[in-house]
Amino acid sequence: MTDFDLVRKNLFRKPLRTVLLIVSIFMAFLIFGLLASFNVTLENASVAGSASNRLVVANKINFTQPLPIAYVSRVATVDGVTAISHYSWFGAYFQDQRKSRFIGFAVDPDTYTRVFADTIKLPETERRAFVAERTGVLVGKSVADQYGWKVGQTVPISSNVWVKADGGRSWDMKIMGIFTGAKPADPTNAIYLHYDYLNETRTFGRDQIGNIAIVTASPDLNDRVAKTIDAAFANSPYETSTVDEKTFSRAFIKQAGDINVIITLVVAAAFAAILMIVGTTLVSAVRERTKEIGVMKTLGFSGPRVLRMVLGESMLLSVLGAGLGLGVAALALAALSKSPLASNFGDISMAPLVVVAGISLAVLLGLVTGAVPAITALRMSIVDALGRK
Amino acid sequence: MSDLIKLSNVTKNYRRSKEEINIFTGLNLTIPKGDFVAIMGPSGSGKTTLLNLLGGTDRCDRGEIVFDGEHIEAYSEGQLAAWRARNVGFVFQFYNLMPVLNAAQNVELPLMLTSLPIKKRRENVATALKIVDLSDRAKHRPKELSGGQQQRVAIARAIVSDPKLLLCDEPTGDLDRASANEILSTLQLLNRELGKTIIMVTHDPEAARFATRTLHLDKGHFVEAIS
Repeated sequence: MTDFDLVRKNLFRKPLRTVLLIVSIFMAFLIFGLLASFNVTLENASVAGSASNRLVVANKINFTQPLPIAYVSRVATVDGVTAISHYSWFGAYFQDQRKSRFIGFAVDPDTYTRVFADTIKLPETERRAFVAERTGVLVGKSVADQYGWKVGQTVPISSNVWVKADGGRSWDMKIMGIFTGAKPADPTNAIYLHYDYLNETRTFGRDQIGNIAIVTASPDLNDRVAKTIDAAFANSPYETSTVDEKTFSRAFIKQAGDINVIITLVVAAAFAAILMIVGTTLVSAVRERTKEIGVMKTLGFSGPRVLRMVLGESMLLSVLGAGLGLGVAALALAALSKSPLASNFGDISMAPLVVVAGISLAVLLGLVTGAVPAITALRMSIVDALGRK
Repeated sequence: MSDLIKLSNVTKNYRRSKEEINIFTGLNLTIPKGDFVAIMGPSGSGKTTLLNLLGGTDRCDRGEIVFDGEHIEAYSEGQLAAWRARNVGFVFQFYNLMPVLNAAQNVELPLMLTSLPIKKRRENVATALKIVDLSDRAKHRPKELSGGQQQRVAIARAIVSDPKLLLCDEPTGDLDRASANEILSTLQLLNRELGKTIIMVTHDPEAARFATRTLHLDKGHFVEAIS
């Protein structure tokens, strides 16, 4: 028999109580595993494909507000700008907008595929074909796989934003190429259509665009270029805000609220509750064993050794609950990564950082919940424990 | 016979609330090796406190406690714990076995404090259980054993690490006469055959007859000695 055997037997002396405690810890770590992984996934997705020398020009009020297309040519003349393109939100869906939405942008085909050549990977022949065909569309691989679309096929893609003159919301588009991401994290749940095709047929918002993407000669020029652009349009009806691509992407994610803060608060609340429940239960569990601890000390078990054993119980409890919680969270994420939803985010999985944070939290939880009963056991005098005066 | 234990001028006080209670003042006692001593006396006479001091589970305020040449009154908590593990076996009135462990595992507990290999530990546990005639109950949990059997497991636990001294606090206080006699016979056997020094606190004169001598304690003093 080893100390670990003793720890294990003591922990499971009341199996129902221990199982309930493990379940409560399991729930906390399941929440942590899912939310923290979701946060990391969003963070990765937001900065995936971001280039350090690429800036985004958006309407200063909000990036959802439009900019005049005339800005493109003016921005292109700013010193330090080496390439420029623009893109506008299309609000794409196929047949049923509740179930089959995907990312869609109306773009300037030639400049867009050049400016974003580091994230949109497709054969040059397909890229040229897309540029040449006004009704052409580039389809991301995950969208093509989901609907079984092939190059050369014409598909009706609808918009939940724009309306055509005939009242329709659907545009027939010919698939000219299917792109993949340059990296696994690059999302491919997107389509790109010609801006001109949209602009000529829509009933409102003519000659307006969503955002402008520019490439600078060097990241060192980013600040100067951004300030020059924003100064150029200051006090105009469409003032601009120019930031680097990572900042823009993070701001985009934060539109849904500061997810990091939300996750931290939810996880903190769950852990505070667990701390109270497990802590008080362990205190009373050790109090029930006062006499046994007295006997162990009488037999010659030292105070520090008894302390380690009691801490071992809380650590084992915490590690079991955390291991199950993180394990189930990892399985759930793996299952989620195979769903169509996953293509919106790129790589959905439990990042090593989340695993390390989870293990650290488990150890911390074990130490904190076991501290009071362990110190009580350490300080317990044999005479008091056995009531022998 | 040489002395195993020598108490010299031992003073012990307890503090209860603001009141200090004197248990012993200048107590002297010598226990030779191989002795089997019964200590009797009324409640509050200091029997259990004496056992605590002899077993190193409590400390005296003044005086010396010498065990086989070692001044244990000067030991730290850690040193006392290690000393107890090496030298003393304890038998309690209410057995005090671990309910989550079976008989063999309870007996093995003191061996967890040694560096004996697993095989040797198992041999020692089997031997101890054989001595108390409980080999066939090794896998039984305490709740599956009678009071007498539980006390025999406690005796096996007390002797498994081959200590020089056995301290028994009312070992038959919770047993019927037949079971009590079995336990006392076992203790007598351990004393006579294996040479264990045994100090037993008891209220029962019948139990005291199994010892080689009886000490009467009253208000912290030995009042008479009966051989």
